[in-house]
Amino acid sequence: MSNAPQASARAKTFRPGFMARNRQVITPLLFLTPGILFFLFYVIFPVIQSFNLSFYKWDGLGEAEYVGLKNYKKLLTDRAFEVSLWNNFKWLILYLLAIPAGLFIALFLNQTVTGIRMYKSLFFFPFVISQVVVGLVFTWFYDPTFGLLNTILEQFGLEPLNVLGDPNLATYGIILAGLWPQTAYCMILYLTGLNAVDPEQIEAARLDGAKGWRMLWHIIIPQLRPATFIAFVVTIIGALRSFDLISIMTYGGPFGSTRVLSFYMFEKALSEYGFRMGYGAAIAVVLFVIMLAFIAYFLWSMYQDEKGAR
Amino acid sequence: MFKKLTTAAAALALTTGLASPAMAELNGTLKIFSDMSNPAPRAVMEGLASDFDALHPNLTVELTVIDREAYKTQIRNFLSANPPDVANWYAANRMGPYVSAGLFEDVSDLWEEPAIADNLASTKSAMTIDGKQWGVPYTYYQWGVYYRKDIFAELGLSEPSNWDEELANCQKIVDSGRACYTIGSKFLWTAGGWFDYLNMRTNGFDFHMQLARGEVEWTDDRVRQTFANWRQLIDMNGFVANHQTYSWQEALPFMVNGEATAYLMGNFAVSPLREAGLDDSKLDFYQFVEINPDVEMAEDAPTDTFHIPAKAENKEAAREFLRFVASASVQTKINSGGALGQLPVNAQSSVDADKFLEQGFDMLSSNSPGGVAQFFDRDYPAEMAAVAMEGFQEFMVIPDNLNEILERLESVRQDVY
Repeated sequence: MSNAPQASARAKTFRPGFMARNRQVITPLLFLTPGILFFLFYVIFPVIQSFNLSFYKWDGLGEAEYVGLKNYKKLLTDRAFEVSLWNNFKWLILYLLAIPAGLFIALFLNQTVTGIRMYKSLFFFPFVISQVVVGLVFTWFYDPTFGLLNTILEQFGLEPLNVLGDPNLATYGIILAGLWPQTAYCMILYLTGLNAVDPEQIEAARLDGAKGWRMLWHIIIPQLRPATFIAFVVTIIGALRSFDLISIMTYGGPFGSTRVLSFYMFEKALSEYGFRMGYGAAIAVVLFVIMLAFIAYFLWSMYQDEKGAR
Repeated sequence: MFKKLTTAAAALALTTGLASPAMAELNGTLKIFSDMSNPAPRAVMEGLASDFDALHPNLTVELTVIDREAYKTQIRNFLSANPPDVANWYAANRMGPYVSAGLFEDVSDLWEEPAIADNLASTKSAMTIDGKQWGVPYTYYQWGVYYRKDIFAELGLSEPSNWDEELANCQKIVDSGRACYTIGSKFLWTAGGWFDYLNMRTNGFDFHMQLARGEVEWTDDRVRQTFANWRQLIDMNGFVANHQTYSWQEALPFMVNGEATAYLMGNFAVSPLREAGLDDSKLDFYQFVEINPDVEMAEDAPTDTFHIPAKAENKEAAREFLRFVASASVQTKINSGGALGQLPVNAQSSVDADKFLEQGFDMLSSNSPGGVAQFFDRDYPAEMAAVAMEGFQEFMVIPDNLNEILERLESVRQDVY
């Protein structure tokens, strides 16, 4: 109380300007501006453009013709679209196997043995190499004439398989190839997560007689929750944007049985026989809506976490 | 780069008789965009540019070579945004989108000049849309059956000339533990080649083109007859197994190793087959056999072309360049065995002394009275071609799905046209 008059006296002599008074608000805004501008220009604007384009019929060269919801109506009866959508769901579900697989490899590698760093790098290797190389390696592995898979099957006296040539198997074959690097990715996430597991809690649990599965389920996994969350996010997004492997391994074939939405969109809009921009945009919008559902959930749960942390 | 080459190129031009009579002096820059990115075609294109540069001292030729596959999508951008003066493309329906969008220059005036009108007449229809011509061809190549002469001799077979002989040959080949034909249908277009031939031989060139223009239903009985003929070969295991997994290049080893005896392919397959060790005593060629004696023989011969973008800046020089590549001497030179190894379009050109080029030239000039088609994916609209070729691949793997496939194609036809 005693120094109140002093402060008001100082306020009279020194009047901070608008910038100085709002420094707390302006500084972060200034820092964010370039990012926001780029985000608006390169993400939000194209999204709006795609929505708009999906109501037109346009070959990318001439005049665009407004067709209303016709592109979407056509999607409903398009058999190739249906196949792509189903394949996207297969990818979504099966790709999630990368999370438990990554967890178990991480648990296995989380020990101090000579040369463990090397083993870890070896397990991480598939994530480092390009998807194109992964695709090629698996294509050769599955090759019906000289592939390793059929050589092995032959050893056991089994019928040879043409995984990528069989419309019922091809998608699973590609997903398996995709799981290889994705598992490595989840593994590295869990390895870092395991470093942060509290040893005292493990000690305490051990004293209480927990071990094996109970220890894993009740003590370790709850502490790995942040890692699980990130692994879940990257796996879902990875599954929805799968494209490179399909393009390399089957190019959507045999007869369109391995297409997913992103590949179908590429085929319709940008490939050699495509250039139906409106139809491609409609497919992109559907994919966007599916992704949006997941992303909205992720953002919401991240927001909840932040609120809880505060 | 071309400045360095000028003297050498000028000397070459003189010796090969390229130096044509003095024309109106051309000035400025001539920008050429080309898709001839493979090593041999690239050398040809660079030679063309430097020769033309040498012929016109005041003109600077700027050549940009773009990867052949990437070119197919880039052309859409550069034609409207940053057009060169001359660009490569393909004949027939493939020009359609650019012609209707007004991006290609009408070059009908060139086609009225006798040098082009008389000598390139065979491809005029492939260059014509809406009664006007939109470019000039510089090369084309035959399609047909390339076969293992040594295996045919071993099995006591001779070149078939009709469908019964074809089937009889194939049965013997299958009985010897081989496949009659290798094919890699992963990228679909190879199956389009089979459909082209089977349909042209079963129903004729005119029917094939009616189908291309969407005037016939895909569920028509005549189309079914084409597939029934195709099925005869499929049912006797005439094609290599698992072809849906391979590209056309990956299907070559089957023929080289003798697991398959023949390949329905374009002439560009000869060079990799020769490199793989099949010399002329082992490799030979025959025209796809007659199936229906009532229809005239017709062939696939895809034609590659030069065009002038509508927004080109130096159209005068571009027209001169088109005259240059259309001339007999230039076409003889660029299509020789050491260069492109294909057929010149100009009737006054001479064909290199090469077994396959000579046979192809004879076949196209004297034994294809029905007409010359471009290729399935160049004659049929892109959207129809994409769905149809996928259907052909499915048919080759699961022939029992034919009804479903044809109904699908028919519904696409009703959409597209």
